[in-house]
Amino acid sequence: MHLLEGKGVTKYFGGLAAVSGVDFYVDKGEILGLIGPNGAGKTTLFNAISAALKPTRGKIFFKGRDITPLPAYRICRLGIARTFQTVKIFPHVPVIRNVMVGALFGTGHRLSAREALKKAEEVLEFVDLTDYKDVPAGDLTLANQKRLEVARALATDPELLLLDELMAGLTPTEVAEASGDIQQLRQRGITIIMIEHVMQAIMSVSDRIIVLDYGKKIAEGTPQEVAANEKVIEVYLGEECDVAS
Amino acid sequence: MGKFALTKNRIVSLAILVVILVFLALLPTITKGYLVTLVADMMRYAVLTVAWVVFCAPTGYLSLATAAFYGLGFYVAAVFNGPLPFAVVIIIAGVVAFIVALLIGLLTLRLRGVYFTIFTFAVVLLVNNVVLEVERLVTGTRGRFVETETAQTAFYAMLVVLIATLLTAVLIRRSRYGLALQSIGEYEEAAAHSGINVVMTKVLVFATTSVFMGMAGAIIATRRTYIDPGIAFNMTTSFLPVLMAMFGGMGNLVGPVIGAAVFTYIGETLLTRFPDLYMLIFGVVLILAILFMPAGILGLGQQLWRKVKGGRRAPA
Ligand SMILES: Nc1ncnc2c1ncn2[C@@H]1O[C@H](COP(=O)(O)OP(=O)(O)OP(=O)(O)O)[C@@H](O)[C@H]1O
Ligand SMILES: [Mg+2]
Repeated sequence: MHLLEGKGVTKYFGGLAAVSGVDFYVDKGEILGLIGPNGAGKTTLFNAISAALKPTRGKIFFKGRDITPLPAYRICRLGIARTFQTVKIFPHVPVIRNVMVGALFGTGHRLSAREALKKAEEVLEFVDLTDYKDVPAGDLTLANQKRLEVARALATDPELLLLDELMAGLTPTEVAEASGDIQQLRQRGITIIMIEHVMQAIMSVSDRIIVLDYGKKIAEGTPQEVAANEKVIEVYLGEECDVAS
Repeated sequence: MGKFALTKNRIVSLAILVVILVFLALLPTITKGYLVTLVADMMRYAVLTVAWVVFCAPTGYLSLATAAFYGLGFYVAAVFNGPLPFAVVIIIAGVVAFIVALLIGLLTLRLRGVYFTIFTFAVVLLVNNVVLEVERLVTGTRGRFVETETAQTAFYAMLVVLIATLLTAVLIRRSRYGLALQSIGEYEEAAAHSGINVVMTKVLVFATTSVFMGMAGAIIATRRTYIDPGIAFNMTTSFLPVLMAMFGGMGNLVGPVIGAAVFTYIGETLLTRFPDLYMLIFGVVLILAILFMPAGILGLGQQLWRKVKGGRRAPA
């Protein structure tokens, strides 16, 4: 049984098929990359998995259980956490309490305030934000706000973590750091699906990659297979020449 | 976390609180006149404002439904006071307000921003008209008479409800639900994806705070002999707590209480001294307050205090 499996996932916005009949899966311990041009439907697929929106058709299974009808908070408590392409933090709330939200509400079992604080401090340490723990989250730099989102997601004790363009807008050094962090998360037993435009990063980190274009899955395989795939090269030609590099 | 550690500030605040409560408890034994009514009125608005602030301030959901729950309290008093003991009547008013607020919450709290506000406004009109129609069918009249209570009884009842409101407010704000409400206000979508059951949190807290609005209504109704839907569901009851909260500041619970007390006092004074100009002066005072005290009286006080302290410390 796959950890997460989607069957024929489809989402229409009016007449537009943002995601169209996509089958996908991810196995425990894997890092799955999700790439595709702008507007390909990557974020929409994340939204469908995390129940930010209901798919028009198709079903999504988590550990064999149909989670399609569940609301977002239940999905989170089951063990699927996410970050957002445009960061969604609680700006006037101190950093530590942003993370405590995840620990207090998202784990699926009830933590005391003390346990939640401990957990929050732990994950802040992991993302290296301990120095900022009492600062209002809105005062952080964008790079740090992204780390905070990761911390909040981690505080919910996820089995599966969905990262939506974590590396966009980061400096090369920060990208390298983030890649290291992702590998480390996998070592902790967390399965990851990541959307990324930074090709070099996703090619080096992912075990397997799925390519979307106009809502359809056009390729799937190891980074090498995908990079050599004709359709993929065609789609990316003239847009980004990163794939080859 | 040392959440309940007795810091110096906390001891001072506690001492002040105890002095105020003792003063309030003794007030009706010292004087029987106008002051008792005035302070009871201040407490009524403090209940409404604090109850309103607990839900609306952190979430940013601006509810105008206060008058609906308050007015239902009036009708519970009209129907049950006399046949049932006053204390029981107040509890029934709270239960009725809770149930109606649950229903309203389930219907409206999926709406956001101005849609929510307009819907809660419409709810008051709806309840008003439903009660009016029911009254026409059942009693064949517009209004009802209420079994009255003495000013002193009403005063003590309101004091108890105020204390209950404040305790509930403190408990909610300190608990995990306080953080949940704040997260919902700051970014509802992120709150949901972090595991908060957004709908249930909103509906339950909304309904819980409505309990006190209903109770306040039941108490005030017993100080009037006659009520009708126009009196019970007067929209002013929805607007005043919002203004009082803005006037006092919403950063903590002291602000709304001070806002309610000062606002009530100003209102009463203006009404007795300048009955013709009352609304005009009141309006101007309010606009000035909002323009020049964005964080309310309390915010202004804190600002002045910092200046005084800073001034003392600054080397010449
Ligand atoms: N809530 C929405 N309502 C209407 N259309 C939407 C909505 N969300 C996404 N779309 C449309 O669906 C398509 C897929 O969008 P999506 O955000 O999933 O793309 P993406 O692959 O994440 O792109 P990017 O790389 O730019 O983030 C786009 O055409 C987008 O305009
Ligand atoms: Mg996207």
